[in-house]
Formats: sequence, C-alpha cells, structure tokens
Amino acid sequence: MEALISLIIGVLTTCGVYLLLRSRTFPVVLGLTLLSYAANLFLLAMGRLVIGAPPIIADEMSGYTDPLPQALVLTAIVISFAMTAFVIVLALKTYKELGNDHVDGIHKP
Amino acid sequence: MIVHLAVIPVLLPFLTGILLLLLRQRSAVLERALSIFSILMQIFLAFKLLSVVGGGDILVYALGNWPAPFGIMLVADCLAAWMLMITALLSLFALLYAIPVTEQAGRHFHVLFQLQLFGLNGAFLTGDLFNLFVFFEILLIASYSLLLHGGGRLRTKAGLHFVVINLAGSILFLFAVGVLYGMLGTLNMADLAVKLTTLTAGDSAYVRAAGLLLFGVFALKAALVPLHLWLPSAYAHAAAPIAALFAIMTKVGAYSILRIYTLIFGAEAGLGANLIEGWLLPLALLTLVVGMAGVVASARLRQQVAYLAIASAGTLLTAFGLNTQEGIAAGLFYLSHSTFATAAFFLLANTIASRRAELDDRLDSGPVIAHSRLIGALFFVTAVLLAGLPPLSGFMGKFLILHASLMHAALPWIMAIILITSLFGLIALTRSGSLLFYRAHPSPAAAVGAIGLTAVCKELLPIISLLTLCVILVIWGGPITQFLYFAAEQLLQPSRYIQAVLVTRGLP
Repeated sequence: MEALISLIIGVLTTCGVYLLLRSRTFPVVLGLTLLSYAANLFLLAMGRLVIGAPPIIADEMSGYTDPLPQALVLTAIVISFAMTAFVIVLALKTYKELGNDHVDGIHKP
Repeated sequence: MIVHLAVIPVLLPFLTGILLLLLRQRSAVLERALSIFSILMQIFLAFKLLSVVGGGDILVYALGNWPAPFGIMLVADCLAAWMLMITALLSLFALLYAIPVTEQAGRHFHVLFQLQLFGLNGAFLTGDLFNLFVFFEILLIASYSLLLHGGGRLRTKAGLHFVVINLAGSILFLFAVGVLYGMLGTLNMADLAVKLTTLTAGDSAYVRAAGLLLFGVFALKAALVPLHLWLPSAYAHAAAPIAALFAIMTKVGAYSILRIYTLIFGAEAGLGANLIEGWLLPLALLTLVVGMAGVVASARLRQQVAYLAIASAGTLLTAFGLNTQEGIAAGLFYLSHSTFATAAFFLLANTIASRRAELDDRLDSGPVIAHSRLIGALFFVTAVLLAGLPPLSGFMGKFLILHASLMHAALPWIMAIILITSLFGLIALTRSGSLLFYRAHPSPAAAVGAIGLTAVCKELLPIISLLTLCVILVIWGGPITQFLYFAAEQLLQPSRYIQAVLVTRGLP
C-alpha cells in the first residue's frame, strides 16, 4: 500500500507541476487543484498508513491510527477548496477583462 | 485580563470583521467608526502587551485550555508584541488614508481590512506550525481580495499572478509541515525544537529538507531573490492604502524566518542547527542588489517604491543573516523603519500621481502639481529616510546593521553592497524628485486636483504621521534599541520560550 500511495502522490504532483507551468489559466487552476490533492494525501500518509484501527487509543484494540493528520487534512481541504473557488472566479474575471485566458493577458496564437 | 492578553489581539479584528459584515454596509459612518475603534484598541493592546512582556516574561495562552504540546498555543514574547505594535500603527494610518477614496471603490473594504489584520496578528502570535499555515491563508485570502479591490485590467492581471504564486507556496508549506510531523510527531514549535535535539542521523536529512522547504516558502513571502518577481507588479497595481498595508506582508515572511530559524533550527538544534546560515546572507545581499537595480531602472514611481520594498527586505534579512544578537536587533530596528517609510512612500506616490492627470506616476517632467511645495517637502523627507541619509531612522538602521557586521567574516561584502546600493538608491530618488518637482514646467491652466487646504491636510495627515513615527524611532532610539537588543537576546535563547510553552498547564 505504501508503494501505491507514494506512486499516486508522485503522479499527482508531477501532473500538478506540469499543469501549473502551462500558459492558460484553466490548466493552471487544475494544476493547483492536483497539487493540493497531492499535499492532502501526503499529509494523511505522514500519520503512517494503518488499516482497520480506530483513531483513538482503546483498551480492546492493539493498534490505533494517528488522528491528527486527519484533522490537518480536513483543515487543508477546506482551505484549498475555498482557494480553488476564489482562483476560478478570478480566472473568469481575467478572461472577461483581458479578453483571453493567457496568464499574462496577451493572446498568442 | 492579563492571561487573555495574548488572544484578544487575534479575536478583536476577527469579531469586528464579522460585525461589519453583519451590518451589511448600512451606514458608512458607523463602519468607519467601528473599524477605526478596532484598530485603536489594537494599538492599545499592543502597547499593553509590550509593557507586560517587556520585562522578559513570555505570555502563553492555551486555546481551549489544552496543555502543550497537544493544544494550540498563542505565545507573546517581545518580538511578537513588537510586530503587533508595528502592524496596528501602520494599519491605522493606511485606513485613515483609505477612508475618503479607496473604501468607496468596492464592497466590504472594512471587513477585508479587519480580516487581514486578523491573519497578521494571528501569524505573529501563534506558537504552532500548522496554525501559522492557517493564519497565513487567512491573511492571504484577505490580501487577494484587497489587492483586487477596485478592479481594473492591470490590477486583475497582477492579482492572478499574486494568487497563483502564493497558492503554490501554500502547497509547499503543507508538504514541509507534513514531513516535520511525520518525522517528529508534533507541530508545536517549542516541542519541535525539543524533538529536534533527539534526532538520529538517519532521519536528519528529511527534517533538514523540510526545514529548507519551509525556508523557501518564507522566502517567497519575504520576496527574497529569486522568489521576488511577484512583488513589483502586485504592489505597484494595488490601491495605495492597500499597498501601504502590504508593506507589513513581506515582513511576515521575515518574521517567520527569524522565528523558525532561531527557535526550531537555532544554534542548539543538534543535527539541524543553523540550517539556513549559509543561504540567508548571500541571498539577502543579492536581493538588495536586485531590488536596488529595479529602483534605478523603474520608469514609474509606484514601481520604484515596490522595488524599494524588495531592497529593504534584502537589507533587513542581511541583518538577520548575521545571526548575532546585534544583527537581529539591528534588523528589527530596520524592519520597523522600512515598514513605516515604505508605506508612507506608497501613499505619497498615490497623492502625487492623482495630481498629474494622464501622466499618472510616470517619471517624466510635467506641469507643476498642486501644493507642490508641501508634497515636495514630504517627498524629500521620505527619500532621505529610504536612502538612509542622516539624521533620520534609515541612517540609524543601516548604521546599526553595519556596526553589527563588523565582526562578521563577510564584512567586506556586506559593507560594500549596503553602501553602494545606498548610493544608487540616493541617485535614483534624487532623479525621481527632480523630474517630479524641479523640472516641472508651470502650466497656464489650473493645476490638476487643486483642492482646499483642509482637504489637503486631511489627505497628507496619514503620510505625515507615518513619517513622524520614523522620527520617533530616532528620538527614542535609545530605549527602542535597548528593547530590541533584549528581544534579540530572547530569540537567541530559545530555551526560555520552550520552557514557557511546555510547562504551561492552562488556566485553573
């Protein structure tokens, strides 16, 4: 499972960075979204991957999963959700005001 | 009361912001009064906090009464209190300048202004790394909206760049926080510092990588070369009072660098000790050179002020990069001076530009502007401040930095770069001043923007007040530098901070 998760994080980050460096606003927004997914998954994995254990220390269970990264991820998801909404509206606004969706506002055919 | 003093500066702007939102812009007078009252209270609280922590106590507030390291701590030491005071004073004058014009340009100006202060105050007071991230996001999302306040094509374009680069920075922040939590199992800054000393050699590479990643994030906020490219267009296109408020934003990055790399990765951090020592000083000096080159090359006044902000970030990080008590104290003094002076210059640039019709802030000679003597005198004082000429605080700040670097190995570099860039700054500002004021040709038509004397005084009062603050920095230079020396000493002995946080058992 560790290999799979790290592969997913790696692929998401790679795609995110690639899209972030594109010259149109929509791919840039998508890139930011993918990067924030990668960051969230990474945060979750930092609490170590445990299956079938409760997020609290209980007497009858032998192991537990770390609840703190889950709380961190929840916060990070909310923040990145709000930021993505903001940046989408901003991208639409630049498209309307500048007449094209190039990040520098210059139309390049 | 005293125990809650660390949390009130965070709650006050937040609650004021919500209250303003609930008022739904019914009455402009009420909105202004509330906003100004909130900031006056913040100034009062900052001074109160300064007097409490000035004796060396560190005020710790456990949110929800959870003991450290499990709960989130708000920690007020000398540095935090000092930063709070600078923020509150700066925001008062930025708001006073904004009230006649800028607040009308869009909706919810006062709400966003208060939320920006909420984020700033929180970032200065928090003792938890993830909480620092959250406060960064709060101040950033408020700053995105403030930057776009009023709209306009160029502003929107600059805003997009600003938002995207800061979002990328936030994601890097999350990765760094994740690695630190994964390796050390805590995010409380004091606890991180303790855990770092017990680090094994095998794990140290990850933690050091995370530490350097964090440095990258803070360098982005502080506009350290090569991560400074977002600043000139964003600051030059923001409305003047907002650009003035943003003068503190690069200082948040500088503050975070100072806090994290003295407390967590300081001299006593074992394998992670003095993590950025080799990076900060050269990059800061490079920032100073690049910033000043931008100042010389600028064709517009606002752009020139934005580059001056980069150059001042370079100067103060040079002082922090010395990593000595004297250096940090000198840097903090320069930080205070450059925040006020840069903010005053942004406001002044707008005042000048608004009187030059279509010439705006372009550095070309045009007709004589209205009230050119008064505004010219203010320009002169501001230029003297920012170029670092005696007798004002710019000179004192640079003198303290040079004095602190006397024993440093890189002394020739620091001396040469600071002095030569100061000369270039002086030349560039002299050129701007003579183009704007001396080479102006008297025009037969009525001067643009001629208004009554009371209105002018009202417009110039915030600028004069900010400049007066710089003068006060010199007049009370003795006690202020003494206090900053004490703050720097406190920073270089992180054990006191750690002890104050980790032994806090909450309120009875």
